[in-house]
Amino acid sequence: MFPTAIQKRAIPVRALYVLGVLLILMIWLLPMIAIISTSIRPGSDISAGNYWGVPSRIAIRENYSEVFNPDRSPMLRYFINSTVMTLPAVFFAILFSSMAGFALAVYPFKGRVALYAMFIAGNFIPYQILMIPVRTMFVKFGLFDTIFGLVLFHTAFQSGFATFFLRNFIVELPFSLIESARVEGATEPRIFFSIIIPLLRPALASLGVLLFTFIWNDFFWALTLVQSDKARPITFGLSALKGQWLISYNLIAAGSIVAALPSVLVFFVLQKQFIQGLTFGGVKE
Amino acid sequence: MDKKTVNQLLKLQQKFAPAYFLAPALILFVTFVLWPIFQSIFISFHKWDGFGPTTFVGLKNYRMLFDDPRFLTSLLNNIYWLVFMMLAPVIGLVLALFLNQQIKGMRIIKSLFFFPFVINLVVVGLVFSWFYNPELGLLAEIFKMFGLKPIPILADENYATFGIIAAGLWPQIAYCMILYLTGLAGVNTQIVEAGRIDGAAGRQMLWHIILPQLRPATIVAMTVTVIGALRSFDLIATMTAGGPWGSSYVLAYHMYDEAIFNFKMGYGAALAVVLFLIMSVFIYFFLKRMIDTES
Repeated sequence: MFPTAIQKRAIPVRALYVLGVLLILMIWLLPMIAIISTSIRPGSDISAGNYWGVPSRIAIRENYSEVFNPDRSPMLRYFINSTVMTLPAVFFAILFSSMAGFALAVYPFKGRVALYAMFIAGNFIPYQILMIPVRTMFVKFGLFDTIFGLVLFHTAFQSGFATFFLRNFIVELPFSLIESARVEGATEPRIFFSIIIPLLRPALASLGVLLFTFIWNDFFWALTLVQSDKARPITFGLSALKGQWLISYNLIAAGSIVAALPSVLVFFVLQKQFIQGLTFGGVKE
Repeated sequence: MDKKTVNQLLKLQQKFAPAYFLAPALILFVTFVLWPIFQSIFISFHKWDGFGPTTFVGLKNYRMLFDDPRFLTSLLNNIYWLVFMMLAPVIGLVLALFLNQQIKGMRIIKSLFFFPFVINLVVVGLVFSWFYNPELGLLAEIFKMFGLKPIPILADENYATFGIIAAGLWPQIAYCMILYLTGLAGVNTQIVEAGRIDGAAGRQMLWHIILPQLRPATIVAMTVTVIGALRSFDLIATMTAGGPWGSSYVLAYHMYDEAIFNFKMGYGAALAVVLFLIMSVFIYFFLKRMIDTES
């Protein structure tokens, strides 16, 4: 509605507008275009100084299989680590938070506003205030340098945002559903699992997509809670490989694309859910 | 079981429901988020290398801050981050207004504008370091095109922080844009039409009719940008590791460096507490707004 619809303008203005949009999009994606074009160049182009010209040949297979070759780089290991870390963390954060969100939305107990505020606030605190104690605790209980430890931490940290998100969704559901189930003698866990969870499905999808990208993209906790390749997620792995590959820019570029791809794919496939989640939750970094 | 016991059991599980539904999330959250905050505050009054015994030193760690030139650099850079990241809501709004049209393929165009937001910051940092590279970066090519000598942005102490902030703006603008696009979709068309009849157009319309309706989007965009600016860490670690000569340090990075590499846990914790206090101001206003709209 605002600004005036372009359809109401003269044809040349419309054409100019489309051109303008495409031009700005090009400039906007320039960093991305650069990295994609580098990732398909053969190494010989890079050493010959051909960074931006036409590639002498397309080396997609060569570069990407080099990146994924377990004998040549630990990238595959990192990719698996990130997957094994992200999926369970998303699952448990969602499970525990929908339970907590349900409790906060449905039962009028004392101190629930304070608890709700705590979950929201936890979402905004700087990671650094947690770093030393969490790291010390991890070392003490053998969680340091393990994927399990990362899953545990991400589940805990994300339940702040997730509880806030789901509580606000559950509050909007018709309370009469719960009351009539109670009258029929349903227990509270039964109400939760067979009435609330099915109704939450769209919210869970949105939240799941968001949490997937938050956890997959985490760098700080990977850096502080992990030490060796066996548990290193791909974000940290990539920054470590940057040193090893040094000037093999084609490989760094291919590795970067591999590290970015899962979140980008999840976004493009579940775009609607992602944006709904982002604007509904609205308050995440 | 007779009916009475069944009823009693039903009552009982209902009474304890909030407790057992909250327990898993609450235990995890308290263990890994709430309790560590208090521990950090406790550590900040002590001298500790991370392994040996802790000695109480009172406010010494906090007094040390003022004699630490790196702390002052970090603080100043945090202010730069806060101020310049505020370009994200502004540019995001301009972009949203520009793209708020219905032409063929607009949906995919909007997603292409948005998707930098989902790319992890390590990759964003790599991409931008490269873009700035004085030998092979695209920026150098552009400089040469105009007959200028390329500037090594990230190796220059005057420009490094701004180079990193520019990289941080890229995904943040995308985020603000999407918030504003959603806001614009909900703008009341009748008010806009009425404004048009009254002769409002262009900037006047934007300022008096559109922006007031976008207020919720603006608040969220500002909040997430402030938090994001104060949290900046990933880009600095990837692009400059605080350099050159510590010129791109921020509090978050300084804290990490002192604790992990210099084993000064007490001092690191004090830095974290300062950052926490700065952020608490913003958290307070945000929470207040949330709770007020609640009741």
